[in-house]
Amino acid sequence: MWNYARRDAKTWSSAITGLTLQNEDKSATMGMISARQQCRLYRKREQSMGIIQSSKLTFEYTKKDEEGNIEEVKRAVDGVDLDIHPGQFIAILGHNGSGKSTLAKHMNAILLPTEGTMWVGGKDTKAEEYLWEIRQTAGMVFQNPDNQIIASVVEEDVGFGPENLGVPTLEIWDRVEESLKAVDMLEYRRHSPNKLSGGQKQRVAIAGVVAMHPKCIVLDEPTAMLDPSGRHEVIRTVRALNEVEGVTVILITHYMEEVVWADRVFVMDDGKIVMQGTPREIFSQVETLKAYRLDVPQATLLAWELKHDGVDLPDGILTMDELKDELVKRICQ
Amino acid sequence: MLRDITLGQYYPADSVIHKLDPRLKLIGTMVFLVSLFLSHDWIGYLAATVFLAGVIRASRVPFRYMLKGLKAIILILLITVVFNLFVVPGDVIWEFWVLRVTRQGLSQAGFMAVRLIYLIIGSSVMTLTTTPNDLTDGLERVLGPLRMVKVPVHEIAMIMSIALRFIPILLEETDKIMKAQTARGADFESGNLIQKAKSMVPLLVPLFISAFRRANDLALAMEARCYRGGAGRTKMKPLLYEKRDYAGYAVLAVYLAAMIAIRIMR
Ligand SMILES: Nc1ncnc2c1ncn2[C@@H]1O[C@H](COP(=O)(O)OP(=O)(O)OP(=O)(O)O)[C@@H](O)[C@H]1O
Ligand SMILES: [Mg+2]
Repeated sequence: MWNYARRDAKTWSSAITGLTLQNEDKSATMGMISARQQCRLYRKREQSMGIIQSSKLTFEYTKKDEEGNIEEVKRAVDGVDLDIHPGQFIAILGHNGSGKSTLAKHMNAILLPTEGTMWVGGKDTKAEEYLWEIRQTAGMVFQNPDNQIIASVVEEDVGFGPENLGVPTLEIWDRVEESLKAVDMLEYRRHSPNKLSGGQKQRVAIAGVVAMHPKCIVLDEPTAMLDPSGRHEVIRTVRALNEVEGVTVILITHYMEEVVWADRVFVMDDGKIVMQGTPREIFSQVETLKAYRLDVPQATLLAWELKHDGVDLPDGILTMDELKDELVKRICQ
Repeated sequence: MLRDITLGQYYPADSVIHKLDPRLKLIGTMVFLVSLFLSHDWIGYLAATVFLAGVIRASRVPFRYMLKGLKAIILILLITVVFNLFVVPGDVIWEFWVLRVTRQGLSQAGFMAVRLIYLIIGSSVMTLTTTPNDLTDGLERVLGPLRMVKVPVHEIAMIMSIALRFIPILLEETDKIMKAQTARGADFESGNLIQKAKSMVPLLVPLFISAFRRANDLALAMEARCYRGGAGRTKMKPLLYEKRDYAGYAVLAVYLAAMIAIRIMR
């Protein structure tokens, strides 16, 4: 049964990738989302242990003056409890300064909690002996594509992580090739990163993380500095990694359109997680989101405004296609 | 436009010298420099000339590229020649007021000039035929033994390779800031030296801030990718000697032996 479910999940995901690729510009229809969720359900049954968990996680930035006296304490993350399962696609929202990046840096043991605990792959991030294992389990992609590419040749940059892990030379080459293929950048392997577009650079950065064979990838606003087509490329790559390879994805973003794909959305405000749920659940609460100074996808906003003006529409419409279908239904009635 | 500049002065060509291991080229250059200081008379210089000419021919880099490096040392060259010419005592062959030129001075000035020129050309051959990346790798390996006396060889090599990646980015950024400041009325062209230097301040401040931010980001990204210094690290592209490199070492050994022999016998 277990095996059966697993194979089933694989077929599902490849079928779905095919579908999404055909429809990528039109974005998803209702049917596809439910198929995706079904596929996830299969996958989740086999993996029940959380890959990233935290309990009462708190982090404070302290500013000290010259004598070492504490001048100011800024609580950037405040009592966060997380339980993220393998294979999930998580999105984290929140306005500027709400503590998203600080939280993300805990998942890679770049920052250690002031209070509370963070476990990555079941390991406490405070335990020094697991530091490198944790960093390999949860790879991290940052905002600025230029400042995270280390080598002056694409393939050498992708090889940087495996080199640090002490992977044998021949295997590094295999990993580099497979990672560049996964982000569709194989043909650029001998190029200089300086001559790539923003979206391509960000895909190289993702490949650099993928080559370390992480179970989980944390992306901190990977699309913030990109143009719309670059954003599209990056999100498509991330979704493919999640769906085809089953990598857990934690995506921090300001773009609501990117959140539509997530299994679960967390909304942060002032260091706390103030809302969580499926995208549909989150985006049906337009007023609450506005109170947290967040946007909603344009389609959702339009539907919400229409509803306010008396048009009978359901809550939580996510895409223009859905809105169109609902409106057509109303008109035909 | 600025992103097209090539760093160092690598001249791409398909030659034996290009294909040689960077370690061999580094050691070869060092041996050549030492051999220049070994030679005293024209036979030694003749041998060095033959060796250098052979390497240049084999490298297939046009000779004028080798001469480019000389521009930078023309002043030093002149000073050295003039100094040697007038200071060395010996048989006077020309005299005017307090200046006197001796035969020994003349020959020493000539040899010094040749030495300096060959030194520059010799190292140009190396930088023209080796990519900056290979050069860094080679340097890390050749200087490896210095680790024993606590020289951070791996770190130096890493700094060099990161510099290679970021210099074009910073240059491009300089260009951008310069344009932005010019648009706001800044003037980088006119005025005397001090005024020009002053006008650079609004350019350098944002550049430094940005460079530090980049450095910070980069350090974070490297750590996140498990970078922890040179220990326990493997290489994607390890340097491996091939047959031609051993042949190269043989040629080098013969050359050095010949130079020593000339020195001893004369
Ligand atoms: N290095 C630091 N030192 C002191 N305070 C900091 C530091 N980094 C962040 N903070 C503060 O911590 C809080 C949370 O910052 P964080 O960068 O996590 O927010 P964010 O949600 O990622 O914001 P953004 O959307 O702008 O990236 C902010 O109030 C910020 O001012
Ligand atoms: Mg942030």
